[in-house]
Amino acid sequence: MSDALALTWRQYRLERRMFWRNPSAAFFNFLLPLLFLALFGAIFAGSQADLDVIVPGIAGMSVMSTTFVALAMNVTFLREQGVLKRLRGTPLPSGAYLGALALHAVTNTALQIALVVAAGRLFFGIGWPPLPLELLVFTVAGVVCFAALGVALAHAIPNFDSAPAYVNAIFLPVVVVSGVFYDAESAPAFLADIAQALPLTHLIDGLSAAMVTGAPLGDHLSDLAVIALWAAAGIALAVRGWRWEADRD
Amino acid sequence: MRAQRIGHNHLVTDAPAILVRDLHKAYGAVEAVRGLDFEVARGEVFGLLGPNGAGKTTTVEILEGYRERTGGIVSVLGMDPGQRPAALRRRVGIVLQSCGMYRHLTVREALEHWAALYPRPRDVQDTIALAGLEEKAGERTRRLSGGQMRRLDFALALVGDPELIFLDEPTTGFDPAARRAAWQTVRRLQGLGKTVLLTTHYLDEAQALCDRVAIVKHGRALAVGAPAALGVGTASRYRVAWRGDDGEAQERETDDPTGLLHQLTSAALARGERLEDLAVTRPSLEDVYIELTAEGTDDVPAAGAGGGTDVR
Repeated sequence: MSDALALTWRQYRLERRMFWRNPSAAFFNFLLPLLFLALFGAIFAGSQADLDVIVPGIAGMSVMSTTFVALAMNVTFLREQGVLKRLRGTPLPSGAYLGALALHAVTNTALQIALVVAAGRLFFGIGWPPLPLELLVFTVAGVVCFAALGVALAHAIPNFDSAPAYVNAIFLPVVVVSGVFYDAESAPAFLADIAQALPLTHLIDGLSAAMVTGAPLGDHLSDLAVIALWAAAGIALAVRGWRWEADRD
Repeated sequence: MRAQRIGHNHLVTDAPAILVRDLHKAYGAVEAVRGLDFEVARGEVFGLLGPNGAGKTTTVEILEGYRERTGGIVSVLGMDPGQRPAALRRRVGIVLQSCGMYRHLTVREALEHWAALYPRPRDVQDTIALAGLEEKAGERTRRLSGGQMRRLDFALALVGDPELIFLDEPTTGFDPAARRAAWQTVRRLQGLGKTVLLTTHYLDEAQALCDRVAIVKHGRALAVGAPAALGVGTASRYRVAWRGDDGEAQERETDDPTGLLHQLTSAALARGERLEDLAVTRPSLEDVYIELTAEGTDDVPAAGAGGGTDVR
């Protein structure tokens, strides 16, 4: 067991090192949400109510981009390149490998949330999160949910060339519908209904409570339940569909 | 107790490194492997030789634990690779037919990471030298040429200091110099007492490297034996060539060269002629291979076995 943990740690360190070795991917991962935050922050400057929506919204988007988007792309790429197959032939336990991938995603999410919180404090008139523990709970729930969904999506992507199309076809509409850029309750009823079924809406609700309104966790258990439901579905699909190599044909 | 343990260890060492009995593998309705049998002794370099689509890669990937067999018995270092035991993966090195690597690591970093996955790895610098990658040790893997990448494949498979190494078409696409270098590496492995199972469709490669080969077609072993002995055992014919009295080159194949030579020479003597350019040759591995793998000759030749040759 300690051996498996040591290997998980080694693999995690390797993932971190490789991540920073590829600056364009690293910057895209971190900068896109921050760019949106800067743009919408400028647009909504002076309207604290709008800023109170956009900051947790961007935090939710960051969780999704550092887990769902990053893993769907990365797993598809490694599978197509044959790196997963090569790893499969070594003594590295599958659990250690997947654990390292998850830790890597968690690290990126934590960094990103920290950046968004700091930006909210420094530039957008939002204080430090009133409920840091609640922030942690929702971030962890969001990471588990979207990481699993990202890996599950990777199984459906036929090859790496088509990966950006698949990923963005889901990521962009979900981000818009779930109220990253506006208060989801002000959307037309049919969009609001769709949004209520999606995990990102509930993640943003929870993050908003933790970062802005200070509503206690007990008021947001239903949000947590929806995220947990999606997470369970994502984990089941991710595990069942996992493939170490690309189809030959 | 002690005697039993010694006996047990002895048994394990004497057991073949690889044992394959009546192996079957079907992909849906397509049967890729149809009753394959062979054994690889410890320390042996064994080749699966056959045309594309013969089932070589499928067989090797079953032995490596990548695919599940549909039927038959398979044992690798005394374990069932279908169960994917971790103990087996610690003792085996795999060079896949084509396989990518993390692009943003240097050669040395990649090998250091891989070495850490094994209980008793080989020294990283030694492995770099063994694979001939000294000049590229600090290079990112994405900058390596095709041949250098293949050498990295070797190095990654060897850095765990495995007892058994699988090489799936190790030199396909190599230029002649690179092939020689790869052959040198395989010979060095042989010198270290490692067991090697390689697949190839190059006859010269099989002849140069392998202690024994199995000629495989349509998922069956048509012949198994030492490359030199295969010519005798399977197509057990001799080729007798000479120049006739009209100056035409003549050639006959026979199972009984002594009888044929007696006929030819006594007839020539009776006519008072010389038999010019008389030669008796045995078919090369290439002849056997072409004969056995030619379309339409799917059936097993009915010749007897000899000299370590085993015909199925």
